[in-house]
Amino acid sequence: MCGDRHGSPVPDLTSKLRVLMNSTLFVLASLDGLSYAALVFLVSVGLSLIFGVLRIVNVAHGSLYAFGAYLAATLSLLVTPISPWLTYPALLVASLVIGIVAGGLIERLLLSRVYGREEVLQLLITFAVFMIMDNLQRMIWGVQPIYAAEPLKLLPNVSIFGVSYTSYQVIVLPVVAVLALFGLRYFLRRTLMGSVILAVTEDREAATAIGINAQRVYLITFIIGATLAALGGALASPTTSLVPGMGTEMIVLSFAVAATAGLGQIEGTAITALAIGMARAFVIYLQPEFEVLVPYLIMVAVLLVRPEGLFGATKLRKI
Amino acid sequence: MKRTVKTLNLLAGVSLLLGVLGAPATAQDKPKELKIGITTFLSGPAAVFGEPGKAAAEMIAADINKKGGIGGVPVALSFVDEGAGGEALVSNYRRLVQDEKVDATFASISSGSCNQLVPLAEDLKMLNFMWDCGAASILEAKKYRYSFRSQANATPEMLAVLIYLLKTKPNFKTIAVVNQDYAWGRESWEIFSTALKQMKPDVQVVAELFPKFGAPDYSTEVSRLMALRPDVVFTTSWGGDLDTLVRQAGQRGLLQQSTFVLGIGESSIQRLGKDLPEGLIVGARGDHWFMHPEKKNDAAFKAFNEAFKAKTGSMPIYPVYHMAQAFAALQGAYDKAIKANGGKWPTREQVVDAAPNLEFVGFGRPVTLRAEDNQGLEAQLVGVTKRADGFNHMVLDNMMIFDAAKITAPAGQKSVEWLKTLKPDFAKMDVPVFQHGK
Repeated sequence: MCGDRHGSPVPDLTSKLRVLMNSTLFVLASLDGLSYAALVFLVSVGLSLIFGVLRIVNVAHGSLYAFGAYLAATLSLLVTPISPWLTYPALLVASLVIGIVAGGLIERLLLSRVYGREEVLQLLITFAVFMIMDNLQRMIWGVQPIYAAEPLKLLPNVSIFGVSYTSYQVIVLPVVAVLALFGLRYFLRRTLMGSVILAVTEDREAATAIGINAQRVYLITFIIGATLAALGGALASPTTSLVPGMGTEMIVLSFAVAATAGLGQIEGTAITALAIGMARAFVIYLQPEFEVLVPYLIMVAVLLVRPEGLFGATKLRKI
Repeated sequence: MKRTVKTLNLLAGVSLLLGVLGAPATAQDKPKELKIGITTFLSGPAAVFGEPGKAAAEMIAADINKKGGIGGVPVALSFVDEGAGGEALVSNYRRLVQDEKVDATFASISSGSCNQLVPLAEDLKMLNFMWDCGAASILEAKKYRYSFRSQANATPEMLAVLIYLLKTKPNFKTIAVVNQDYAWGRESWEIFSTALKQMKPDVQVVAELFPKFGAPDYSTEVSRLMALRPDVVFTTSWGGDLDTLVRQAGQRGLLQQSTFVLGIGESSIQRLGKDLPEGLIVGARGDHWFMHPEKKNDAAFKAFNEAFKAKTGSMPIYPVYHMAQAFAALQGAYDKAIKANGGKWPTREQVVDAAPNLEFVGFGRPVTLRAEDNQGLEAQLVGVTKRADGFNHMVLDNMMIFDAAKITAPAGQKSVEWLKTLKPDFAKMDVPVFQHGK
């Protein structure tokens, strides 16, 4: 049972590629890849931003994603009886609450004490936070899957080549991802706060010497990163069942995307998320057995050739 | 006189000593409590089965104790989280047996866990009921003395669903599968597709999709299936994965385009609520449905269901009934062993000897532990979803209950080999049909 059709020979790769060239399937796979990439980008870019500025690999990022999703679903279910359209602000509110409260607490209470310490210590602390949040999530929301699809149901479906897609999937998610990308670019390159963050990233000591409060910069950056993770979760909540362990799933994929792009690379993360999303979609059409492997195969291939990632810059030794 | 008093004192002392020494001997015969170690998922995605299973165990144990225990001995439970997996699970199982000195174990939900723990139970000479794991291969590969499966394995579970499909949709030409990419997803499809090939060889399998276990997104799979337009989509996914697949497929019209067969969908019906449309074929891993047509007027069944709902907020799902079967098997084995032992408390070996050929009743049809391979023969219920007044979720209609003996691989034969001997006529077996509410 390894062929696509019972009793018929397994189509070879050439014929499969020919199928791929079929414009209908190409468009369908691209749309699927696009919506998947949008969610992956939102989470990965937060992880990448935190690493770029704080130099901390935040394992608890997946928990922030899960908490964002669970809180968004909870708020959506609460406001739906009042007006289903309130579910959209609910998604945003949930992301901000998790980003500011949970992100702020993690940074202030824990991470601020280990800046500049051994990487393994930082990693262990964020891992501990991840475990704690995972248990906390089970205590608050239980183990039964939760689903709150109201935001998705409010919008009509669109038919493309006879295949129905939800507008939420092919319009809302990619638009939010693009807005996040350009918003982040604008914030970092065109605002004073963004310049301050870049200054601290470039040289913390020099930035501190000219009066920049680096601790505050770290806090704000971590909150932005955490909010992006929570936003990814909140936007995913109308499309998927919220279950224990969902954060683990996302953190692994986000690491793959961020590492492939090069940690700290915002545009690179967007391009990599898109590439991985597209590759996954095309593989499901062509050779579905490799679906799970694709992101990691791409990561391994890239890191073997460019250990600093696709868009990462090679660092010069200072001494 | 003094000497006589001394002698009497000595005799009294000796008698007292003998009495004291004798007391533990009696206690050993009939312990203060019967300890049961239960492995179940308390964390991870499979906690959707494990937590209801644990709640059921606590309820049933309390009920047994209220009625005086098993053979007059109250039961005490210890739980181990299967979610820890691997070495941690094995260590915890050893701890249950060697440190906590449990008298019996119920292990496990996952076939992976059963694969690890069944040989260990054999080494430790521990009476074990495999209370929910479904891989047929465990008991087909080797004969065990101490482990018994108190429910069916995946072969009759999948065969029942397939026969139901062939009986109700005999003209389908194409099928696709979307199963979770792990042992259960692969094995259940192997059973289903092997039997399908034998019973309806003209059917084309147009896609075999095995998304990652715990996948949060099935958009691409749904798009591909919408483009391929198979007559039937088969899935044995469960928990959050099944909920996500069904909802994403429903939102985009795939559930209306193809006939969906949810191999073990009974456990998701209440959770999916009105997102589940009418006309989906649903299997139940046994004859498990809280409105079981042959049991729905049974007072004990109704009382249990209501008590479970009061405790957990939901009606029971199949792992709950599987847990009830494990307790029924344990109680049945002890009762039989006590009787065979002239009313005295039996040794563990005597209880193990009593288990083969044991017939017991949980909350479905009677189950028999086949002596040759310790495999439980459990009936299978399959139905189709239907809207019904008074329910905020679908109910099962046109239910068929399959006789266990007819659809279980004979003892000594490997399931897949047996499936290859089936002929199209096999699907023509007589099966009673029950309508919802009648």
